[in-house]
Amino acid sequence: MEFINEARTLVKENIRDYGMYIALFVIMLTFSIMTDGLFMSSRNISNLLDSTGYIAVLAVGMTLVIVIRHIDLSVGFAAGFLGAIAAILLTKMGLPVYVTIPVILMLGIFIGLFNGLLIAKYAIPSFVATLAGMLIFRGALLQVTEKTGTIIIKDDAFNAIGNGFIPSLMIVNGLHLLSLILGLLSILFYIYSEISTRRNKIKYQFDVVSKGIFTIKLVFVSAIIAYVTWILAGYNGFSWTVVIMLLVVVAYHFLTTKTVLGRHIYAVGSNPEAAHLSGINVNKITYMVFGSMGMLAALSGILFTSRLQSATTTAGTLFELDAIAAAYVGGVSSAGGVGKVTGAIIGAIVMASLSSGMNLLGVGVSMQYMIRGGVLVAAVLFDVITRKKRG
Amino acid sequence: MSGYILEMNEISKAFTGVKALSNVNFKVRKGEIHCLIGENGAGKSTLMKVLSGVYPYGTYEGDIVFEGSVQQFNKISDSVQTGIVIIYQELALFPDLTVYENIFVGNEVKRGNLVDWNQTIAEAKKMLKRVGLDVNPETLVKDLSVGKQQLVEIAKALSKDVKLLILDEPTAALNEDDSENLLKLLGELKKQGITSIMISHKLKEVISIADQATVLRDGKTICTLDASKGEISENMIIKNMVGRDIDDIYPKRPHKKIGKTILELNNWSAYSTELARHVLKNIDFHVKKGEIVGIAGLMGSGRTELALSMFGNPKNYKLEGQLKVSGVEKTFKHTSDAIKSGIAYVTEDRKGDGLFLIQDIKNNITAANLNEVADKGIINENEEVKRATEYKRSMYIKASSLEQTVGNLSGGNQQKVSLGKWLFVGPKLLILDEPTRGIDVGAKFEIYTIMNQLISEGMSIIMISSELGEVLGMSDRVYVMAEGRMKGELPIEEANQENIMQLATQ
Repeated sequence: MEFINEARTLVKENIRDYGMYIALFVIMLTFSIMTDGLFMSSRNISNLLDSTGYIAVLAVGMTLVIVIRHIDLSVGFAAGFLGAIAAILLTKMGLPVYVTIPVILMLGIFIGLFNGLLIAKYAIPSFVATLAGMLIFRGALLQVTEKTGTIIIKDDAFNAIGNGFIPSLMIVNGLHLLSLILGLLSILFYIYSEISTRRNKIKYQFDVVSKGIFTIKLVFVSAIIAYVTWILAGYNGFSWTVVIMLLVVVAYHFLTTKTVLGRHIYAVGSNPEAAHLSGINVNKITYMVFGSMGMLAALSGILFTSRLQSATTTAGTLFELDAIAAAYVGGVSSAGGVGKVTGAIIGAIVMASLSSGMNLLGVGVSMQYMIRGGVLVAAVLFDVITRKKRG
Repeated sequence: MSGYILEMNEISKAFTGVKALSNVNFKVRKGEIHCLIGENGAGKSTLMKVLSGVYPYGTYEGDIVFEGSVQQFNKISDSVQTGIVIIYQELALFPDLTVYENIFVGNEVKRGNLVDWNQTIAEAKKMLKRVGLDVNPETLVKDLSVGKQQLVEIAKALSKDVKLLILDEPTAALNEDDSENLLKLLGELKKQGITSIMISHKLKEVISIADQATVLRDGKTICTLDASKGEISENMIIKNMVGRDIDDIYPKRPHKKIGKTILELNNWSAYSTELARHVLKNIDFHVKKGEIVGIAGLMGSGRTELALSMFGNPKNYKLEGQLKVSGVEKTFKHTSDAIKSGIAYVTEDRKGDGLFLIQDIKNNITAANLNEVADKGIINENEEVKRATEYKRSMYIKASSLEQTVGNLSGGNQQKVSLGKWLFVGPKLLILDEPTRGIDVGAKFEIYTIMNQLISEGMSIIMISSELGEVLGMSDRVYVMAEGRMKGELPIEEANQENIMQLATQ
C-alpha cells in the first residue's frame, strides 16, 4: 500500500515529464497495432530515428534559446546554407571530410554569435534579428546553389554520417555485435550512475525514493534501452546519426544539469534582472546560447546534406518551426527558465513518430499537418494545465 | 441586521491538505474603516480572495453575508457587481493608457455600442475630484507618481459604485506624505458612506485610522479590537499578532567594534542617459568595518541608485568621482566585479529582480556564487545541498525542503532566501535595500537578529530604509538623501525622526 502511495505521489509530482513518455508510448503502441507491427519493425525505427536526427539536434539548441526567453528563426536556412557550403567545400574545393566538418561547425558558431551580438548588445528583439537571418540565409542558399542547382556529394565518408552504420564487428544470430555491446554498456553505465547517485544522497541524508520504486525504475529504463538496442541491432545496428544525436544529448544534458554554465543559463531564463544582479553576465550567456544554436544548426545542415547525399536549393525549409514544435512538445516554456534537453529529443521523436506512422498508414500530407498541429496544441495545453495545478 | 455590512462566518479554506483558513469569523460594520492585521501567511490575502470571488463559491466552507443576504460569488466580477472592490498592492493599471481610460476600463461609458469618450472624460473628472486628485484626465498613468496612481485606482473603484472598498497594503509603496493623503481620503470616503477594509503592516496607520481591527494568526481569527473602547494600541496588536510580547523589536548589539573604512565614495555622481538627468550628485560617503550605516530618505531620493552605482553599475549610469574599497580605488565594469570585491546587494524588489521565483531554495541560495560549490565548472550537487541546508538553518527559512519553489514561500521567507543568497557570497559589505518591506513582525525580528550577528562577525552593512523606526533602531550612523544628494550625516545619538525628516524634505 505504501508502495502504491509513493508511486502515486511520484507520478503526480512529475506528471509533465512522465506525460511526454506516456504520450510517446501511446503513439507508438497505436501505430504498431494499426500497422500490424510494421511501425515497430527494425527497419522503420531505424529510419525514424535517422530522419529525426537533424531536427532533434536543432530542438536541443532551440530549447536553450527558448529557456533564455528568445527564439531563433534563422536556424532552418542557416542549416540549409551551411550544408550547401559543406557540399561546395567537399566537391569544388576538394577538401577532406575531417577539415570540412570543423570548418562548417565553426561557421555555424560564428553565425550564432553574430545573432547573439545583435540581440544582446544592440537589443534587437530575437524574433526580428533571426527573421532577418532567415531571409538572408535563404537568399544565400539560393545564391550558392544558383548556378549548379542541386550539388551531388560523392564523398563516402561524408555520406556515411547520414546513411551509414557503425561497424558490426560480428553478426550474432542476425544481430550486430558492436551495437549490442554499446547498448549493454549504456545499460551498465546507467545503472552504475543511478546507484552511485543514490548512495551519495543517502550518505548526505537526503530523501531518496524507496528501494522498490528505485528497482522498478532501473529495470524499466534498462528494458527500454535493451529493447531499442535489440530492434536496431536486428537491422543494421546503430547508425552514425543516432550515435551523434546521443552524443549531443548526453553532452547538453550534462552541460545543463551539472555545470555552472548550465545553471546560469536557467537563471538568466527565469529572471534576467536578478541574474545580472547576481553577477551573472547575461550578455555572455546570450552569446553562448546563440553560439551553440549556430553550431547545432551547422550540425543539422551536415546531417541533412549527408542524408540526402546532396545539397538542394530548398534544404532547411521549415526546420526552425519543426525544432520549435519539438521543443514545446518537449516541455519548454516561453516564459523562460523551464525546459529540458531530454524533453526536446523526446519531443522531436514524438513528432517524427507521428509523421512516420501516418506515412505507413497512407494518411495524406494535408491531414498530417493538421494532426501534428493538434498534437502540438495538446502538448502545450497539457503543460499549462498541469503547471496550473501544481502552482 | 445589527449594522454589519459584511459578515464572514466560519470560513475555512484548504490548499491540498494545508488549512489556510479555519473557521474564520470576520464582521465589518457599515461605514467603518476596518483593519485586517496579521503576520505574513496568517491568511489575510486568502480571506480577501474568498471575499472577492477569486476562490469561487463552493471551494471554501462557511458563509459570506453581505448587506443581509448570503452571497455566492463565482468570479471576481460577481463581487464587483455587488459593490465589493479590492485594490491590490501591485496596482492593476495600464501604464500606457490615460487616466480616464484606466478609470473606466471594463466599465466603459457607452452610447449604443460605442464608447462615449466625452462623457467618459466628464465622469472621470468627477471621480478624480472625489479622490482629491488634481491631474488632467488625459495624462498617461505611467507619468504619475505611485501615490497618484493609487488614487486613480480608488477613483476606478468609485466609478463602480463601490460599497465596500478593500485595500491590500495601500501605503507599502508610498512615501509618508502620500500615505497621509491616502489615509485622509479613506476618512473622506467614510463620510460619504463607503466602508473600507485595509490590510496593513504599518501599525501606526492602523492606530490612527481604524475603527475596528481584526487580527488573524495561523488562519484563525484571534480577536477584533475596537477603537471606541480604546483597544487599539501597538502593544495589543503586536501581542495578538505574534502571540507573545515583544519588548524590543530592535535587538541590541552587545558591543560595537568599529574598524577601518571599508568603502568610500568621493564626489560621486551618476548621470542616467535614460532619464537625461543626474540621479546622484557630488556624494561623499563611507562605511567602516563592523558598522550598520542607515540611509534614510523619501522615495526617489536616489538611495537605490546610490546602491546600484557602487554595485557594478547595472543601470549603466555615467559615473564620476572616486570609489575606494579598503583604501584602493576601483572601477567595476559588471556586478560580478563588485561581488569579487566583497560587496553584496540585496534588492528592494525581491520578486522583481532579487530571486528566481520558479527555482527552488537551493538554486537561489547558491546562484550568486556557484563556483564555491563547483570544481572546474562542474557542480558538486552534494556539496551544494549541504551548504544550502546550512543557510536554510541559519537564516531560519521555514520550508518543508530545499526543493521548495521560492515563489511559493511567504514574503518573510523569500527575504531570508534573498539574504542567504548574498551571505553565501561571503561579502565584506552587505547593502540591504528595504530589508523588511512587506514582511511580518516575527520575520523582521529574525532579520534584525541576523544583521547583528553579521556585524559581530566583522561585516559592514548599509541599510536603505523608509521606516524611520528601523533606521533609528538599527543604525550606528545615519545618512539622509534627497534629490540625489547627500543632505546630511548624523551619528545615531543625534538622529531622531524630526531631524531626519527635516533633511529628507529639504
